[in-house]
Order: sequence, then C-alpha cells, then structure tokens
Amino acid sequence: MSEATIHDDHHDHHDHKPTGIGRWLFSTNHKDIGTMYLIFALVMLFLGGASAMVLRMELFMPGIQIVDPDTYNNLLTNHALIMVFGMVMPAGAGMANWMIPMMIGAPDMALPRLNNLSFWLLPMAGTMLILSMVVSYFPGTGTPVNTGWTLYPPLSVQSGMGMDFLIFTIHILGISSILAAINIVTTIVNMRAPGMTWFKLPLFVWSWLFTGLLLIMIMPVLAGGVTMLLFDRHFGTSFFDAAGGGDPVLFQHLFWFFGHPEVYVLLLPSIGVLGLIIPTFSRKPLFAYKPLVWFMAALTALGMVVWAHHQYTIGMSLNATTYFMIGTILISIPVGMMLMSFIFTMWRGAMTFETPMLFGIAIILMFSFAGVTGVMLAVVPADLQYHDSYFVVAHFHYALIPGSVFGLYAAVFYWLPKWTGHMYNETHGKIFFWWTTLSFNLTFFPQHFSGLAGMPRRIVDYSPQFADFNYLSSVGGMLFGLSHLLFLYIIIKTVKGGEKAPANPWEGSMIGTTGLEWTLSSPPPFHSFSTPPSVK
Amino acid sequence: MSDHKPQAKGKKTSLILGGLGIGMFAFGFALVPLYNLVCSISGINGIATAANRSEVVMSQVDTDRLITVEFDSTLNDGLPWKIEKPPAKIKVHPGEMHQISYRATNLSNKAIKVQAIPGITPWQATEYFNKTVCFCFETQTLEAGESREMDLQFVINRDLPEEYKTITLSYTFMNTDRSRI
Repeated sequence: MSEATIHDDHHDHHDHKPTGIGRWLFSTNHKDIGTMYLIFALVMLFLGGASAMVLRMELFMPGIQIVDPDTYNNLLTNHALIMVFGMVMPAGAGMANWMIPMMIGAPDMALPRLNNLSFWLLPMAGTMLILSMVVSYFPGTGTPVNTGWTLYPPLSVQSGMGMDFLIFTIHILGISSILAAINIVTTIVNMRAPGMTWFKLPLFVWSWLFTGLLLIMIMPVLAGGVTMLLFDRHFGTSFFDAAGGGDPVLFQHLFWFFGHPEVYVLLLPSIGVLGLIIPTFSRKPLFAYKPLVWFMAALTALGMVVWAHHQYTIGMSLNATTYFMIGTILISIPVGMMLMSFIFTMWRGAMTFETPMLFGIAIILMFSFAGVTGVMLAVVPADLQYHDSYFVVAHFHYALIPGSVFGLYAAVFYWLPKWTGHMYNETHGKIFFWWTTLSFNLTFFPQHFSGLAGMPRRIVDYSPQFADFNYLSSVGGMLFGLSHLLFLYIIIKTVKGGEKAPANPWEGSMIGTTGLEWTLSSPPPFHSFSTPPSVK
Repeated sequence: MSDHKPQAKGKKTSLILGGLGIGMFAFGFALVPLYNLVCSISGINGIATAANRSEVVMSQVDTDRLITVEFDSTLNDGLPWKIEKPPAKIKVHPGEMHQISYRATNLSNKAIKVQAIPGITPWQATEYFNKTVCFCFETQTLEAGESREMDLQFVINRDLPEEYKTITLSYTFMNTDRSRI
C-alpha cells in the first residue's frame, strides 16, 4: 500500500514507439516482447490442443480409426512438447516480461537485447518442432518420433530423422529459456526500485525468481542429455547403448533430473499469480506471505532431488526407492502449505467472484486433487501398479492444467485490462470459466478409473472394456478444446475495444502489496518508470 | 534507462547465472562417469560383473549350502543368432568352481559381432558371483553360419548372505553393429 510517483506527463515527450515490423523484430521493450511471447504461446496452445483433439478422436472408440500407431505416438510426443515448451513456458515468460519490470519499478528488463534474442529463438524452435513431425512423411527419413516426450533410448536412438530435428528443437528452446531466465533473475536482483526490498516483492516476482533459478539449473542438463543422444545416433558413441558399455537408464536419470523440476517451472508462476489474485478478490492481505516465500524455496530445493520417482520400475535398490519415495511425499508439505495460505487468505474476506477469482478457487480445488493422486503415485508399491496407466495421465493433467494452465488463464483475465486498456466482458469470462473447467473434469476425471482398471497410456488402441470411460473423455476433450475458441474471442474482443479500463480496475489489488503496476495507466506507457518510483 | 548503475550490477549477476548454466551443462556430462561409478560401487545393473573379471578364487567349498543358479538369455532387437543354453538350472556349492558353455550359432549370411551383457538377479548377489572366464568379457564375432561353444567359468563367493538361495544369471546378446540403425 505504498504510493509511487507517476511520471505520465514526463513520458509524453519521449514516448516515441518504433513503428512497423521493426518495432517487433528489433524490439527491446519488455512489454512488446511480453506481448510476442503471449501471442506465440496462444498459437502453440491451439497447435498443441489440435494434436490432443486428434488423439481424443482416435480414442473415441476402440480400434484404429483415424491415425496409425506411429502417427499417434508422434502426435502425443508433439502434444506434450508443444504444450510444455511452446505454450506454458513462453506464456509464463511473457507474463514475467510484461509484469515484473512494472512490479519492481524498473524501466525495462536488465538485458533488453538478450530479451529480444530469447524470444526470437522461439519461433525457430517452434518451426523445427513442427518439421520434426513433417519430415517423417518424406521417403528415407525413417520412423516418426514415436517415443513420447521423454525420448527414452534405445527407441529414440533408432527413430528416424525427425528425432534429430527434435533434438535441435530442444537445444534452441533450452538456450531461449536459459537466456530468458538469466534475464529475469538479473532483473529481479538488480533492477528493483529504491525501497523495494526483497520481502516487499509481489509473490509473482518471487515465484519467477525461483523458476528462473530452476531453469538455469535444469535446462542445461537436458541439453546435455539430448546432445549425448545425438552423439549416440550419429557419431558412434555409446552413452546409452549397452552393447558399447553404456546404459539406457542413464538417459532416464538425465531426463528426469530435468523433468521433475520442470514441473515446478510450470507450476510456480501460476502459484505466484494466485498469490496476487486471491488477496485481490478476498480484499485481504496474503496470509503468511513470508512463510509462503520460504515454502517456495523449500519446494525448489526438494524438487531438485526427487527425480527418480519417475523411474521406480527400473530396478533401483530398496534404499534408493525409499529415499525417493519419502522425498516425494515430503513435497506435499510445502505445496499443501501454499494452498492453506490461499485458503486462509479467503477466510472471512470480502470475496467477489470475478473470472480470475473463479479460476483461483477452482485451481485450489482441482490442484489439491492432483496432490492427492500424486501422493498415491509416490508410494512405491502402489506406483508399481499404477505406473504407465491412464491414472498417471489423469494425475499429471490435473496437476498441469489447473496447476499451471488455469493459473495462466486467471492471469490473462486479471491483467488483460492492464495490458490492453479495455475491460473484458465479465459474462463471457464466466461462461468460459464454467465451460472450460467442467469439460476439463469430464475429460480427465474418467481417466482415473480407466487407469485404475489397467488401461495403459501411449497406445493407440485399447480393450473394449474401457470404451465407456474413453467415450466420456473424448466428448469432454472436444468440449474442452472448443471452449478455447471462446477464450480467443474474448481476447481479440478485449484487444480491439470495450469498456475503458482505469489504471487500477480491481478494488482489492493494492491490499497488502506494493502494487506498483497498478499505479501506471492502462495500458501502461511504452516506457514505464524511467525515473524510479519510491516505495514506502 | 537514465540510470546506468543497475546495468553494471546486472552484468555481474548475469555472468554468474550464465556460469551456473554452463556449469550445469558440464554437470550433465559429469553424470555419465558419476553414474557408472555409483553403479559399479553398488553393483546395480550388473555393470560390475562386466567390468571386473575376478581372479581365480581358491577357497574351501561350503558343502553345507546349495545355491540354485538359473540361466537365461535374450536376443536383443532381432539378432539373428541361435543360443543354446546350458541346462536351465544347476545346483552348486559356494566356493566351488563351475564351467559351463553356451552354444551360439550365427543364422545370418554375414559376420556379426556381439556383446553379451550379463545381469544378476537379485542384484545384491552380483558382487558374490565371480566370473573367472566369460564370453561377456569381450565381443564375440561369428562368421556367417558359424557355430561355437562360448565358455563361462564361475564361482560363488562363500560370503554370499544366507538369504540368497537362487541366483539368476541372464545374458542379453546385443549386436554391436551401429550402422543398421
């Protein structure tokens, strides 16, 4: 609740934006780059969603109808990679770009040119990713990428040329997100306005500090792993080839050393968003803000050392599995504490239920459900039964869609007025909320049952006994996919026009936080805070 | 960007973070020897048995105990060989030297070089299963149509804990020719 000095009039005389395509190609402006990140993520959302809808159409009934098994596996690989690397991570980075400099009172990101580079690597990586699928339709290029996003050898050593495209995609994506993470962490460390001390930072900024550190630590390990894969494929090395003295299980360790913390990379920015939205619409300061920051730190640290719970069935020793099991179950403590602090924030608050808040509450409910199935899967004897079944698919979609994707949707609705200067249509927003959450549950809830009954994942066909569950899932999946057309419509409509948004459209957004971003006009001037605001 | 000070500080932070990223890339590669080290110390995956051939251990035979040794073999990825195993299981005393042989036949019309990868189940018994002669110590090449006896000589260490009564030795025969991929 501090006052920041606004320098709007001061801006006018040098607020000259570059025009034309150069504004975007050579942009060093954090807002423009943020916008490009978000548009890229939105395009990828529809690509990844389209591939998921083909998968659901195929699974509508038993038998092979639409795609052959290799194409099916290629699509599911692409679905995962597009959604994780193409959608959630760029969307998170876009929001960080847009909001973090404004939240901490900085004129821009610390390294604006690097920012431009890390965005413009993405469209290249996206093109390579699509090529990895297209290339297998040319003769002599071998099988499609049919490994799933985990790219386990020996299959990934044997698949066709598409895999090479995918490996380079991951390299480019890795460079892009490492550069973005370096930039964001440097910005948070060095560019805070005078008086903006660490424990005044909005939770979203904290969440990105940890996300950035995680990204810098894990992306290089994945890049190393896929580099070894590339060497095994083309240069006669035997990192993962048992015949040459290597071990395919080594790749699994490298992959999940990246892959498990990656879950927190996807989750934490959304937790940060919740830490803004829940207090705003409860009109109460965030409950236990400082402990929440420490729980995030604990989650980051614990998340780095529990990766092998994805590999219980590889034949680890009893001691190793016990360690990974206990570590994994421990993670539920900081996560549970975060959710508790959101619930206590709402407790006796003057709550209103605008679209971002509806998403916020739904996230707490549905993400807790993912936490429960997560603890079930963490228990080794149970996991030996559940692993590689649709139960796992249901678990991680409940974790990732409410946990990160819905968090991003909540953020879009929360910040659209700030970004565009227009209010979105609240009725449309609420329709979108109910449509998307109900159809999401219709899609993934039945998969718990088919999974417990033994339906294996990543297979194009299934036994007729699972037909009813899959029928429901597919109907839900179509509705869920279609709901995003409304999302797109709302965004376009809000960008084009609508009710003028005031600088601070939400009554409670300044409660218990510095709220510097709300002191700027909506939309904010092209250059914000060229003189640092003072935070009291 | 009127204030240049944060930029200068930002340089240091971003260099540290960039160094961390490069360091983690190196760490990824360092995991390869680390992983092999951990595996050979703990004997997981039977890597220890492939690398560490045992010297002939002359020790007293423990005639009070009988350990069942089972033999298993797998042809990886459609390897066109035929493997005739020794009897599926034999009973041996700890400390007693045994010699058995596998007969391998190359069914294809070209020479194939094969590496056999051993695995011991339960893996805790790996360090007590000492191979003094094994065809898995080096690659085996069979000419087209060739057939050969491949020898294995082993002795089970007397220190094998009491709870292990059955040991399964399984070989996976892998084609070392990478060009077929």
